[in-house]
Amino acid sequence: MQFSEAWLRELVNPAIDTQALVEQMTMAGLEVDSVNPAAAEFSGVVVAQVVSVTAHPDADKLRICQVEVGADEPLQIVCGASNVREGLKIPAALIGAVLPGDFKIKKSKLRGEQSFGMLCSEKELGLAVDADGLMELAADAPVGNDIREYLSLDDQLIEVDLTPNRADCLSVEGVAREVALLNELEFNIAEINPLAIEHQETLAVKISAPEACPRYLGRLIKGVNATAETPLWMQERLRRSGLRSLGPIVDVTNYVLLEMGQPLHAFDAAKLSGGIEVRLAHADEAFSLLNDQEIKANSETLVIADAEKALALAGVMGGSESAVSDSTQDIFLECAFFNPSFMMGKARYYGLHTDSSHRFERGVDAEMQSRAIERATQLIVEIAGGSVGAITEVVAEEYLPQRPAVTLREQRIKRILGVALAETEVEGILQRLGMAVVKDAEGWQVTPPGFRFDIAIEADLIEELGRVYGYNNLPQTSLLMRSALSQAPEAVLEIDQIKDLLVGRDYQEAITYSFVDEDLQKKLVPEDAYIKLQNPISSELAVMRTTLWCGLLQAAAYNTKRQHTRVRLFEAGQRFLGIEVDKQEKMLAGIALGSVNPEQWGEKVRKVDFYDIKADVEAICALTGREIKFVSAKHSALHPGQSAEILTMQGQSLGWLGMLHPTLEKQLGFDGNVFLFELSQTVLLERNVPVFSSLSKFPSVRRDLALLIEEEVSFEAVKKCIDDCQQKLIKQVMVFDIYRGQGVEQGYKSIALGLIMQDATQTLTDSEIDAIVNSVLDALSNKLNAKLRD
Amino acid sequence: MSATLEEILAQALQELAAANDLQTLDQIRVQYLGKKGSFTLQMKELGKLDPDQRRTAGQAINQVKADFQKALEDRKTALQQAELDARLASETIDVTLPGRGQSVAGLHPVTLTLRRIAKIFSSVGFKVEEGPEIEDDYHNFEALNIPSHHPARAMHDTFYFDAHTLLRTHTSPVQVRAMEKFQPPLKVIAPGRVYRCDSDVTHTPMFHQVEGFLVDENVSFADLKGVVYEFLRAFFEKDIQVRFRPSYFPFTEPSAEVDIECVMCDGKGCRVCSHTGWLEVMGCGMIHPEVFKAVNIDTEDFTGFAFGMGVERLAMLRYGINDLRLFFENDLKFLEQFN
Repeated sequence: MQFSEAWLRELVNPAIDTQALVEQMTMAGLEVDSVNPAAAEFSGVVVAQVVSVTAHPDADKLRICQVEVGADEPLQIVCGASNVREGLKIPAALIGAVLPGDFKIKKSKLRGEQSFGMLCSEKELGLAVDADGLMELAADAPVGNDIREYLSLDDQLIEVDLTPNRADCLSVEGVAREVALLNELEFNIAEINPLAIEHQETLAVKISAPEACPRYLGRLIKGVNATAETPLWMQERLRRSGLRSLGPIVDVTNYVLLEMGQPLHAFDAAKLSGGIEVRLAHADEAFSLLNDQEIKANSETLVIADAEKALALAGVMGGSESAVSDSTQDIFLECAFFNPSFMMGKARYYGLHTDSSHRFERGVDAEMQSRAIERATQLIVEIAGGSVGAITEVVAEEYLPQRPAVTLREQRIKRILGVALAETEVEGILQRLGMAVVKDAEGWQVTPPGFRFDIAIEADLIEELGRVYGYNNLPQTSLLMRSALSQAPEAVLEIDQIKDLLVGRDYQEAITYSFVDEDLQKKLVPEDAYIKLQNPISSELAVMRTTLWCGLLQAAAYNTKRQHTRVRLFEAGQRFLGIEVDKQEKMLAGIALGSVNPEQWGEKVRKVDFYDIKADVEAICALTGREIKFVSAKHSALHPGQSAEILTMQGQSLGWLGMLHPTLEKQLGFDGNVFLFELSQTVLLERNVPVFSSLSKFPSVRRDLALLIEEEVSFEAVKKCIDDCQQKLIKQVMVFDIYRGQGVEQGYKSIALGLIMQDATQTLTDSEIDAIVNSVLDALSNKLNAKLRD
Repeated sequence: MSATLEEILAQALQELAAANDLQTLDQIRVQYLGKKGSFTLQMKELGKLDPDQRRTAGQAINQVKADFQKALEDRKTALQQAELDARLASETIDVTLPGRGQSVAGLHPVTLTLRRIAKIFSSVGFKVEEGPEIEDDYHNFEALNIPSHHPARAMHDTFYFDAHTLLRTHTSPVQVRAMEKFQPPLKVIAPGRVYRCDSDVTHTPMFHQVEGFLVDENVSFADLKGVVYEFLRAFFEKDIQVRFRPSYFPFTEPSAEVDIECVMCDGKGCRVCSHTGWLEVMGCGMIHPEVFKAVNIDTEDFTGFAFGMGVERLAMLRYGINDLRLFFENDLKFLEQFN
């Protein structure tokens, strides 16, 4: 909410400057977002009156004016505005004046005629974006007065960002009340003298939905001049609150809304047939609103209707058909209370948010309507004339908001705020907040005022005490509390440890969006069912990822397009296989492309390949101390010949590893091989707690075997064959060479193995070693058709 | 004979001086001290002399031999040193060339920030809890005292999957889940991704928050102030001013926004703090009785506080990052700045 500081100070005027006032409001929970001058800087402009206007001899559009500016003699000023006329009061910039934009006024000649200043429009004074003529001042404007003084332009526009609980401050009176209590001052509210009733006509009012509208006031004002000029002071206050002047009737209702926080609505009485009914809309009841929006109301919507049809969206916006226009003569002025619990979400349902709905949703004082309608009546009659009819008021007391007393215990204040407040302090603050306070044995019974919708429980009162006492005046303690020693579960690996390992292996951590492009998701894993957002921000961020590869591939492509030929990224985050909690799985994924090492003088450039990434995955898994296996398997996103599923020894899937499928590589705009891995954190983070076995005192022996074996036989098969021999003394089997080419028949490969053997109780003899090696060779030969290479 | 001996020595020393390697040196040693060496032969000649002469002559020979041997050792040491020097010279490399092999990368600034936050809180026993990112309406809103038409929902631009399922808009639902699961006393922080349907220069549809809360028998706003104050000073490693400003969150009461003295301009006023000298860094408050009610904790027995902060915001202030969107573009030029 934005308002003029001068207006506020008319109600309450603490002896502090703007800066201090704003600071005080902010620290009381009325956060001031901005403070801006009401008008741009300018000087040397006074109220002036045109004494005479004569035609310019050499220019059709220019006139020569004699202008009274409060000096001894009138000034001659040449003016081109079409509305310049004798007797008009206008702002005049004198010689030496500086207008906004550092525009200096000098004595000049226009087509040969001397001009000693300039008559100004609102635009030229920086008061409006546009203007179509001179700014016309009121007939009683004092000639010679500085215009800044006359229009009170040395004012600040204060914008407050109110939290939803503080509906009571959605008016200048509300803010004044708050400023008054903070400064322990009284504040003045507009004095209202109800006008005498001048005619007996009324409209019948019926409330059919009293739970939504427990109070409705209306009156007929006949014979208004809807084209009367809204006085400058009111226009200025509206402007300084960000509202345009829209004619006297609407201006007054807006003004009262700003002043008191009570929304009102004026209907053109001629457009109404029969009485007023406040009722729920019929299903699909159609009518058009002031903003020309056609709505079809649902049956949970409150409308203001006449005998025939719905006219307005209650508490949100009036209808276009019954709106006040320039030709309106009689108006029906409405001032109601709508229950916030009923109003919540109603405007939003129709895509609307108005000053009126904003207030009704948060809560308008249910006791204010009578004062507000009298205030509006008084202002309308002052500006637009008219004769006033009696107020029709319908109330359903049982649906008006109740303000039951709230118990406040003295000990609870200390327990929550950490400080014991003196009895007088507590009572003083609550009373200044407008609450009725009655002392009882444990503390107080506190009854909140009608304008506070946010005081229902003890905690609400304690918050008010803390707020007014000042959060920064409350004590501050160093934390002292019961503590238990923390656990250090060893069977769980921390993801941070893996992240550090990957960083050490030159993978940069990335964080990509959890929602991804639907096409990319489908391209990578067409078999995965994914979930869609109902209201995505864009089609690129529309479905929840089922693999972290979506984001990593895009991040890698982003970088390759920016001169990075080597990209290595990883990400830890969730994938989403469904909306259920257990379908949101934490994953760890990586991507690598380009050379293995950064380009350097010491190593030859080598492109990263499957086994490089496999080593990274093996290093990660090594942190768990658990054995895993890699099984050749197909994945829709990966090259069928270079992909592996990673399994635990119990056969649980840990993840995938492989080369991006060449088709996808091309589609995604890469110009080289891309390698990917993705692991489930749930499975990965289980760690073996080490168990000690005694060390052998005897030396180990190594025997190397060069085997000729068919190309299709995997190393895994060879390893398994050796394991199946159950030779417990074989401690390690390693591959130290793979050879194809001269000396090895086509379709075969030579695989060189090192067998490390060791016994815990003795040094192995040659014959024992030979026996082990021979049993292995026999098994390899029988099961895998492997031969020893000569 | 003496003259001859001296001549031999002179000859020998000359030869030693001329020797340029250890092998030649050894040949010279054999030539003079070997079985048939010049000095050895001289010793053999001694037998022919009478005892008086033999003694004098023997002393003379020994003297000459000792001189020779010393010269030999000196020469040997010199040659060895020369040889080592030559080797060292030949093995000298350019130590300023860069090291060989793999380089290392780094963590994302969000992770760096999360780790520091966790480290500071874990030092006083806060445990890390996590929750699902796809949440239900109950945990994200209802249990946090935000009923369906509450105006506070307008402050959360929520991504929905259906009427009851959404992407969590804050990490506060973890507070509810943790209190459902564990009994007080509780000291928890809950870091994680959160989502809001908003995207512009200062908003990304996904960002990170850390929620923290503490529930025990006698926890007051004063404790909250202490924890927040100490945390912020530890995080920024600076004795910054901190202020607490009344605010509103449906799930805390009293509620406060926490401002710190602008770390960019030391509170003098700059673009980053909109010339106020203050930066809003977190929201906090005493846990609302309605929230305790939702998780069956009796407010007569326990009180508690909660706080929530935006991780990207803290990272931006800590590292001077000026554009939020950089966090999720994953441009290596950005990421590598934090290695």
